[in-house]
Amino acid sequence: MALSNVLQIPTSGFNFENVARNVALESLLEGGHTKTPKPMKTGTTIAGLVCKEGVVLGADTRATSGEVVADKMCAKIHYISPNIYCCGAGTAADTEKTTDLLSSNLTIFSMNSGRNPRVVMAVNILQDMLFRYQGQIGASLILGGVDCNGNHLYTVGPYGSIDNVPYLAMGSGDLAALGILEDRFKPNMEMEEAKELVRDAIHSGIMSDLGSGNNIDICVITKQGVDYIRAYQESEYKDKRQKRYRYGPGTTSILTEKIVPLDLEVVQETVQRMDTA
Amino acid sequence: MERHLMDSKIKGVSTGTTILAVTFNGGVIIGSDSRASIGGYYVSSKTINKLIQVHDRIFCCIAGSLADAQAVTKAAKFQISFHSIQMESPPLVKAAASVLKELCYNNKEELQAGFITAGWDRKKGPQVYTVALGGMLLSQPFTIGGSGSTYIYGYADAKYKPDMSKEECLQFATNALALAMGRDNVSGGVAHLVVITEEGLEHVVIPGDKLPKFHDE
Repeated sequence: MALSNVLQIPTSGFNFENVARNVALESLLEGGHTKTPKPMKTGTTIAGLVCKEGVVLGADTRATSGEVVADKMCAKIHYISPNIYCCGAGTAADTEKTTDLLSSNLTIFSMNSGRNPRVVMAVNILQDMLFRYQGQIGASLILGGVDCNGNHLYTVGPYGSIDNVPYLAMGSGDLAALGILEDRFKPNMEMEEAKELVRDAIHSGIMSDLGSGNNIDICVITKQGVDYIRAYQESEYKDKRQKRYRYGPGTTSILTEKIVPLDLEVVQETVQRMDTA
Repeated sequence: MERHLMDSKIKGVSTGTTILAVTFNGGVIIGSDSRASIGGYYVSSKTINKLIQVHDRIFCCIAGSLADAQAVTKAAKFQISFHSIQMESPPLVKAAASVLKELCYNNKEELQAGFITAGWDRKKGPQVYTVALGGMLLSQPFTIGGSGSTYIYGYADAKYKPDMSKEECLQFATNALALAMGRDNVSGGVAHLVVITEEGLEHVVIPGDKLPKFHDE
């Protein structure tokens, strides 16, 4: 097992330390007027499709926390490795952390084995992890990438189910996006046509779903490289700032200044020799 | 924006399904539909693969929770490969079925997946085993499973004959799948069939519109 998943083999069972922490936090804040913040969900539209030269992934950029838009320019297409990118829907923290963990694991693997990771390996690692947590990690992911075996697109569900498909949409806006994809998808499409189709699918999700909105990000992965276009299309409904909100130094006048030097004494000093032979 | 699971006891994607395996003279045919659903009202995939190859001449088909079934077959594939390497010979179909049974029985509280294992080995030739939800293992000449199987018990019992030829068996399996897919809402898509014999494998895919039609269609 030397080259596979190099980080430590996970201990069996689930790690629910954070549940205890959250309960403790709740009881602390109960007396006061503040409530624990609701987890930020990316009510979202993400889509992907396999075309002749590679894989095209698309996503909207709205992150919601309850009924408020928490982030208008959230990046939902995450880097996994130079040839693999992943769109995430579900709880924002879960998708971020899961994809970060996967990316770190695969980087170590590439360094150890001297090979670029394959999409199917990334999918298997994700599946193992999400299944182990029995759906407690709310991450629905679309993984797309190009490797020595061709162009691949996979869906990974929160309970750990996977499927290899030519086109896909996920998130709260998936039904709207899927309608567009089902209508116009053809195998082996040209790159420009594929980008337009993904853009239209995400646009349909944005129009028909309250949880999706703002701009559209597109990520194109080919054998030659990756083109991550942040804001392939900007929202038509951008607001205009009424004033400038930058405050230069000197805006707030300083009334008094008090400097207190800290008396630090050296308690212990150890020298460790590094052998750089 | 929250999708509610309506009355489905399986969380996440489920393969509400029709699966079957039938022995014939010289081999075995294993077949399934290709629909995966969520909550009994949304088809999440029209082309899911439910026939999983666990070794050169052994396949198993899955029913129940897709995540659970994929995790179990992954573990089973590894254990069967390892067993085959240690024994320096292809595994027996019974061994493969036992591996699945152990996994299902020991984790019966957490898992919601059932399997049909079918294949060919040198000792006993073509065989079919069914591993039910709680881990029961049974050997039968043919078996049907999944939610769609309830609609074809009568057909299967009436039409099955031992020692059929390959063509007769293919027709039997195709008809059974078509009838079940026609009545069960969570089965559908295309019909996947794999013919396993000593010589090799033959994968037959029948798209929905090419399936046999019956009186009311």
